[in-house]
Amino acid sequence: MSAPAAIAAEGLERAFDDVLAVQGVDLEVAEGEIYGFLGPNGAGKTTMVRMLTTLLLPTGGRATVAGYDIVREARQVRASIGVALQEAALDPLMTGRELIRLQATLQGLPGGEGRQRADDLLERVDLAAAADRRVGTYSGGMQRRLDLAAALVHEPRLLFLDEPTTGLDPVSRKTIWEEVRALNENGTTVFLTTQYLEEADQLADNVGIIDSGRIVAEGTPTALKTELGNPHIRLQLEEGSIAAAEEICARIGPLLPPVDAKTVLVEVEHGAADIPRVVRALDEAGIEVGSLELVRPSLDDVFVAKTGYHLEQDEDESDSEAVAT
Amino acid sequence: MNRLVTNLRVVRALGLRSIRQTFRRPQLMAPIIVFPTMLLAIQTGGAAGAVDLPGFPPVQSFLQFMLAGAMMQSLMLAGNSGGIALAVDIEMGFTDRLFAAPISRYTIVLGRLAGTGALGLLSALWFFAIGLVFGAEIEGGVPGALLAIFLVTMTAMAVGGIGAAIALRTGTASVVQGLFPLVLVVLFLSSAFFPVELMIEPARTIAEYNPFSFISEGVREPIIAGVDATDTAEALLAIAGIVGLGLLLSARALRHRLRVG
Repeated sequence: MSAPAAIAAEGLERAFDDVLAVQGVDLEVAEGEIYGFLGPNGAGKTTMVRMLTTLLLPTGGRATVAGYDIVREARQVRASIGVALQEAALDPLMTGRELIRLQATLQGLPGGEGRQRADDLLERVDLAAAADRRVGTYSGGMQRRLDLAAALVHEPRLLFLDEPTTGLDPVSRKTIWEEVRALNENGTTVFLTTQYLEEADQLADNVGIIDSGRIVAEGTPTALKTELGNPHIRLQLEEGSIAAAEEICARIGPLLPPVDAKTVLVEVEHGAADIPRVVRALDEAGIEVGSLELVRPSLDDVFVAKTGYHLEQDEDESDSEAVAT
Repeated sequence: MNRLVTNLRVVRALGLRSIRQTFRRPQLMAPIIVFPTMLLAIQTGGAAGAVDLPGFPPVQSFLQFMLAGAMMQSLMLAGNSGGIALAVDIEMGFTDRLFAAPISRYTIVLGRLAGTGALGLLSALWFFAIGLVFGAEIEGGVPGALLAIFLVTMTAMAVGGIGAAIALRTGTASVVQGLFPLVLVVLFLSSAFFPVELMIEPARTIAEYNPFSFISEGVREPIIAGVDATDTAEALLAIAGIVGLGLLLSARALRHRLRVG
């Protein structure tokens, strides 16, 4: 008999007047995994999180969280989960220590235990020195760490993180990632929404891609990328040698449509292991290679394939290994 | 039992937070203490001769008469400030933290009201201190003062309930803040600052039925004359009515908030 899912949703829906923000979502998150819920702004990620954390009633379908129905057993759901919502919901007038202690009281921890947990958590997220400063004086990264610490005060087995690193600098982002990984290694199930492909790729065991309120793809990041096909090698050559290079490369793998007159794209089955073969064949034919790059399908490619547009317009998210020659 | 203890601890914690929040945000503190004190000073300085008007109730001084009005103004604005603070919590997402906790959602409102009640208590103590320093006598003695303090505290909580309901319903601090002038209109159309008998129509009729007139008289009688059972009972009934209305509106607003998110 398999273990019950940490989160299970069937046909979950939420309408706001005439707008269906979440449209019949089916979802299953296993105990102990990090589930990355990926989508652009307005895709329905936060609405899903608000329903699963009992902050918003669904208008259709059903869901259980930690084995409890989110409508009929909302209090049990809330006792079982930790929640860090988008835009850290912190009171700028409280100190970090006051906030964690209040959270401990909200979670029903006795006074002494709550105070001890607050001190331990502030230490753990490296905020002990700033614990008695008002939250309004914290940096964005510090506020996120405090929010995360507050969500952990009752040691929940299931943690909801709604865009935990949005707006953070790369260093703060990595600190949050490390903390999430450490929590997961200790057995905490994490439901993480994000609009960062790299975050989902780095952290998630399974990824669900949501667009316009519907899940359009689901699986491990590797499986989703593999679905798109093999990696390819991008070769930059002199214009006069393109035809000869194409002929040679076609013997190694199928050619992909070129992006310009100086480029040859060849799909390879074994990734980096195929690079020496290509280089040797071209060298033997006397063809000079300007540059060579192995391009693997990225989650962005998956996103484009499933939705028809890029999730991150401003960042080049291709997983590529460039080899200068 | 365990759940009751937890909920009481939550009410206490949220009440303390509410008080701290008021002290740390001067714009919330000013309407509760500073404005009513200034108005009290201006009125007692400029209109002290009103006590000689025919029909004015027998009082030791205009300050003695006005103490209840200053307390009423203070507690009304404390209730309004409590509503504003709750709306700010909603705007910045802090209430989501509370709604996502395994507590009765009514403790969130009760915690806010406990804080507002404490501010009402503080205001009553402040104005009694001012009255005593400037020579006002408390005719009802210590029991009368305690009764007035109790009524002020309870009324602050009752008015806070209305403020909380509006905050929960609208989720917008500016809307609750916009009620500030209305609070003053309600007060000026009651016996808080002037005896009903000396008002002209239609203000007089409105003031006669205004529940805040009953509360004002309940607070004033122990100061200017002594404890009066009828005035006290009427004040308690008026407070109960406002509490009932506040709870009803808050419950409906809470359900609405959960529906709309």
